[in-house]
Amino acid sequence: MSLVRVSNGVTRPAAATFAVDGMEVSAPAGEPLATALAAAGLLGLRDSPRGGTPRGAFCHMGLCQECVVTVDGRIVQACLTPVRAGMQVGLGGTLR
Amino acid sequence: MIRPADCLVLGAGPAGTEAALAAAEAGLDVVLIDEQADAGGQGWRAPLSGLTMPRKGADAEAGDGLRARLAASGVDRRLGRRVWSVGGAFRLDAVGPDGAEAYEAPRLVAATGAHERVVPFPGWTLPGVIGLAGATVLLKAQAVLPGRRVVVAGAGPLLFAVAAGIIAKGGEVAAIVDMDGRLAWARRLPGLARRLDLLKEGLGWTWSILGARVPFLAGHGVRCAAGRSEVEAVIVGPVDADGAPIAGPERRFACDALAVGHGLVPGGEVPKILRAAHLYDRLRGGFIPELDPYGRTTIENLYACGDGTGIRGARPSAVAGRLAGLAAAHDAGRLDATAFTALAEPTLQALADYRPFADTVAGAMALKPAQVAAITPATVVCRCEDVSRAEIDAAVDAGAGDINQMKHFTRCGMGPCQGRMCGDVAAELVAQRRGVTRETVGYWTQRVPLRPVPFDTMIGSFDYADIPIPPPAPL
Repeated sequence: MSLVRVSNGVTRPAAATFAVDGMEVSAPAGEPLATALAAAGLLGLRDSPRGGTPRGAFCHMGLCQECVVTVDGRIVQACLTPVRAGMQVGLGGTLR
Repeated sequence: MIRPADCLVLGAGPAGTEAALAAAEAGLDVVLIDEQADAGGQGWRAPLSGLTMPRKGADAEAGDGLRARLAASGVDRRLGRRVWSVGGAFRLDAVGPDGAEAYEAPRLVAATGAHERVVPFPGWTLPGVIGLAGATVLLKAQAVLPGRRVVVAGAGPLLFAVAAGIIAKGGEVAAIVDMDGRLAWARRLPGLARRLDLLKEGLGWTWSILGARVPFLAGHGVRCAAGRSEVEAVIVGPVDADGAPIAGPERRFACDALAVGHGLVPGGEVPKILRAAHLYDRLRGGFIPELDPYGRTTIENLYACGDGTGIRGARPSAVAGRLAGLAAAHDAGRLDATAFTALAEPTLQALADYRPFADTVAGAMALKPAQVAAITPATVVCRCEDVSRAEIDAAVDAGAGDINQMKHFTRCGMGPCQGRMCGDVAAELVAQRRGVTRETVGYWTQRVPLRPVPFDTMIGSFDYADIPIPPPAPL
């Protein structure tokens, strides 16, 4: 389903709004994009190049490359990319 | 622009940061470089900027202490830098916030840490399946639960750390699935009891798990993760003491996330790329550089420390880091023999004191060959290139004798993760199929780039007029 942000006693930076394939998503500014996407229910980020099976963030520490997306047209690892207001995120079709 | 220094330290976890501090205290001009925005590595990671949590764990406090000492030191901190090349004696090339950067120094300390080993099973590529180490990052640095209902599975202490972390943050753990039986942990107690402070942390996790009445399946492994576009359930079944599946009742747990891991693998790309000698040590997680007691590799003025030199854990790694920093300062002529001995002797002793505990924890995280042997033929081993176990076996049968030949035959390990996620298991599969040792099968040939970097960032911006054109050869 999705990642869940713990609310009990946790304070976070103000939310920033960005677009994922044209759809509006908001998340605390500076949160890793992989977390923000999964918290919005966007767990599958791309399909594997050979088998075409769905993939999402796996290692959450910048190694596995499963969470690659495009941000403002450039290929990035979502787990290493902080959320910024206005960023244009594209899913799918990368690393094929 | 090249930033010259006396000593470069790559990796700002406990090992690298302590190495940098020790070398800088002895008077060296030290540059400490890391990909993350703050020091602490994966285990002692700082919470995200602007995020505050009510309770701090022991790791967060250890990390805060380390970061405070680093901030007060003379170490030049270059964090948020992605190092993609290492060469010469020694030069590092990185991509930083303002583009390409380079660093040069006659000494290099490699403290690049470890990454997770997940032994493949059907369904492990489904979104919602994440590593245990990744789950700790979500919990500790981001205050995020891996899902609404999480199955926590695998082997080693991270299993309990993650389960307890989810419970402490108010999440639901559907089940804890531990490959080890209760007997295996009972046998480990004497070793763990050698560090009462750390044993207490482990018992605290166990206590909170017992209190939450989570189904706990000792001696069980994941048979498969099921789901169409995301994980929806995990099916588990009994395994023997070696990790091989055995006949017995299987259970199905509905969930929306599976956090799974089977130990850690040393990520020693830097000493490998610089051609330092390595040896295979199953207890320590895989191939590790040959080191003297102070962390000197077989390459002059190249040092290595931390989990990248064999799995020990954060605290022993910090001690090993200090030793490597002292050795670098001594070799640079900044610490005379007397001063070096006076500082290094108690540090060596501190490292030796950690050994029984570190060996016990490493044993719980070591690869289980029988678990690898039981991977089914259709299971994807290399996630990047979708290479199955059957394809690896076929390549070996067709003559692929070592890990690099197998890679050439199949593309296994050739994808964007550069073989980090599958390497240890793939090498074990080749060794088992051929009936030879892991030494015979070897490790991936390491090449730059160490990390994927955009080509335009790497080369920077320039005009045609900036390109040096050599004079034409004389006729």
